[in-house]
Amino acid sequence: MSQEVLDLVTEKVHSFLGEEVLAYEEPEPPEEPREEEEKPKRKKKEEPKPERPASLNFGQPMIILNTEHWSQALAEMLRDDEELQFDFLSCVTGVDYPEHMEVIYNLYSTVKDHYLYVKVKTSREEPAVASSEPVWKAGDYMEREIYDLMGIEFPGHKNQKRILLADDWEGHPLRKDYVTDKKALGLD
Amino acid sequence: MSIKTEEMVLNMGPQHPSTHGVFRLKLHVSGETITKAEPVMGYLHRGSEKLAEGFIYTQFIPYTDRLDYLNAMTNNYVYCAGVEKLLGWEIPERAEYLRVITMELNRIASHLVWWGTYLLDIGALSPFLYAFKDREIVLDRLNEISGARMTFNYMRVGGVKWDAPAGWIEKVQETVKQISESIEMFNTLVTGNEIFQSRTIGVGKLTKEQVIDWGLSGPIARASGVNIDLRKTEPYSIYDRFDFDVPVAEEGDAYARYKVRIAEIRESIKIVEQACSQIPAEGEIIHKKGARIMMIKPPAGEAYTRAEASKGEIGVYVVSNGKTKPYRVKLRRPSFVNVAILQDLLVGASIQDVVAIFGSLDVVLGEVDA
Amino acid sequence: MELKGFRETEQYDPRVLEDVNKSVFFTKVEQLKAWSRTRSLWPLTFGLACCAIEMMSTGGSRYDFDRFGVIFRASPRHADVMIVAGTVTAKMAPVLRTLYDQMPEPKWVISMGSCATCGGPYKESYSVLNGVDKIVPVDIYVPGCPPTPPALIDGVELLREKIRREAKGEKVTQG
Repeated sequence: MSQEVLDLVTEKVHSFLGEEVLAYEEPEPPEEPREEEEKPKRKKKEEPKPERPASLNFGQPMIILNTEHWSQALAEMLRDDEELQFDFLSCVTGVDYPEHMEVIYNLYSTVKDHYLYVKVKTSREEPAVASSEPVWKAGDYMEREIYDLMGIEFPGHKNQKRILLADDWEGHPLRKDYVTDKKALGLD
Repeated sequence: MSIKTEEMVLNMGPQHPSTHGVFRLKLHVSGETITKAEPVMGYLHRGSEKLAEGFIYTQFIPYTDRLDYLNAMTNNYVYCAGVEKLLGWEIPERAEYLRVITMELNRIASHLVWWGTYLLDIGALSPFLYAFKDREIVLDRLNEISGARMTFNYMRVGGVKWDAPAGWIEKVQETVKQISESIEMFNTLVTGNEIFQSRTIGVGKLTKEQVIDWGLSGPIARASGVNIDLRKTEPYSIYDRFDFDVPVAEEGDAYARYKVRIAEIRESIKIVEQACSQIPAEGEIIHKKGARIMMIKPPAGEAYTRAEASKGEIGVYVVSNGKTKPYRVKLRRPSFVNVAILQDLLVGASIQDVVAIFGSLDVVLGEVDA
Repeated sequence: MELKGFRETEQYDPRVLEDVNKSVFFTKVEQLKAWSRTRSLWPLTFGLACCAIEMMSTGGSRYDFDRFGVIFRASPRHADVMIVAGTVTAKMAPVLRTLYDQMPEPKWVISMGSCATCGGPYKESYSVLNGVDKIVPVDIYVPGCPPTPPALIDGVELLREKIRREAKGEKVTQG
């Protein structure tokens, strides 16, 4: 059933955006070494498999988009479409990787009882992901928390301010390059 | 002749007897009606998510206890279940039963604290003492099995840490019988009381659309007609083996939330009784690889796991990169999401209802701030 | 006890002397003040985190705090002692100092739990103050995470002993 939901979502997203952003091409298999050449003594390091933009993650559909494709209108389509009806936003997560940053939305449909993971990738230098707060109000505080702790901007959010740390705090603690210096902050 | 009026900003500050912790509400009032409410939080922000990246998986379990400290067992469970999902482990039978019994006992204790403190905020002083007296009996059972009264640190990745001492199951069955008698007494004492009813009926009404839009869960959602209980809609652990109902009310006001929580205590008692009669007499309490904590290295991947805590849906998003320490642990706390509704709910309410509305949402600050 | 200042006790009725023996005692004003203060320590409800629940349990029915004369007050102007129960964060520290300043003299501070003593399990966190004694002077430290109600009652008892001994003139720093 999850595979059907995944296919349905892929089809709707493609028709909404007008381009096949979730299509996946099998990479070419590496060439076998010719007979005359000596087989290399050590095994070459395997290339990491490119990730599929639309796959099943532990039994639930997951789609991966870039931040240019994610917009408030796409979120509204996911919420309002008759066959999808993802009306409940469970959780918004921000993750910091060495080369990029990600925001992951966990959606659930109370009417149809199916799930979706939506991963939105953005760059590290200017992280910005279109806010889903106008669509699902549950994203209000969770996106503010990600802005506060990670520094990812959410254009379209009505009140993007720090929520957990003091308003004049400098830096974004949950990033991997944040150094906790308690003596400098006066806490030790 | 008209009187000059102006709006006043009233600060229900971080230190307040009814905010259940350090929570600040900036209320703009015009006369006695509230025109805008702005919650300010972060006074208890302890940075658990950042600390998680420096610990191995097992070392983070005591920190999950301290999120919603009244319902620590479920927090422990959801984190361990999240890591077990990435590992793909299956939990032994006896461990699953012990997990369910302790989680439901903890739910009863949490709802008792809510009941006592809610009524204390409304002005009734005796229910607080009755609730805490009964809570002490439940905590005694949990103390015997885990060694602590409130922050248990009981579950481990792959099972539980301690086995039940001899005679514990029988004591639990007696305790639960005592609690069910107490609940009847509480009902007689409070539920029909006119003052209580006039303070809570019609106060803080939430519609079904608001609940789904704002992502509310738990008894707040069920009191507005949204019939979602994660123990029934996506049964985790062994909840599909037990026969219990999910109390749902339609009105959506504070009185409905009260009724739903009292009914949930009764349902938890049913689950505990069934689990105590079904638990296998002997068995492993932890997965065979679970005891070697330095070897808990989930393969690279990420997953979202959720469970039904006494406050709502608690979820954990674990991202692993194949090492012994997690790459990112995100905690989806129910109280953090539930508190957001105050911006909407308090507008138009009167000052005297603020405490009744806030108390009925059952917010715990350790969870709001993490 | 001896009746100093009473000479020629034979002239008094022995029953009167017996009564006086039992119901009159001599003391200093400082010790009298210390006696009344220790018998009615009113704490400020300053529960921050999990330790607050154990503080509430101590006030509950099983470990009754009221029998020691301890009643929780919500306003700092009415309180004698501030029991800091829970983690103090960078955002909360100025608020705590303001509340401490609003309490009238004489005042004491009990630091309950390991987070208030030294930062506790959150010692390496970026937003936690490592110990409340960096901003207010602390009299008694109660260890535990969270301390059980008997431990908190022991802490309050130590505070009472400290108040009594300081009234006699001893300077109490530890022990």
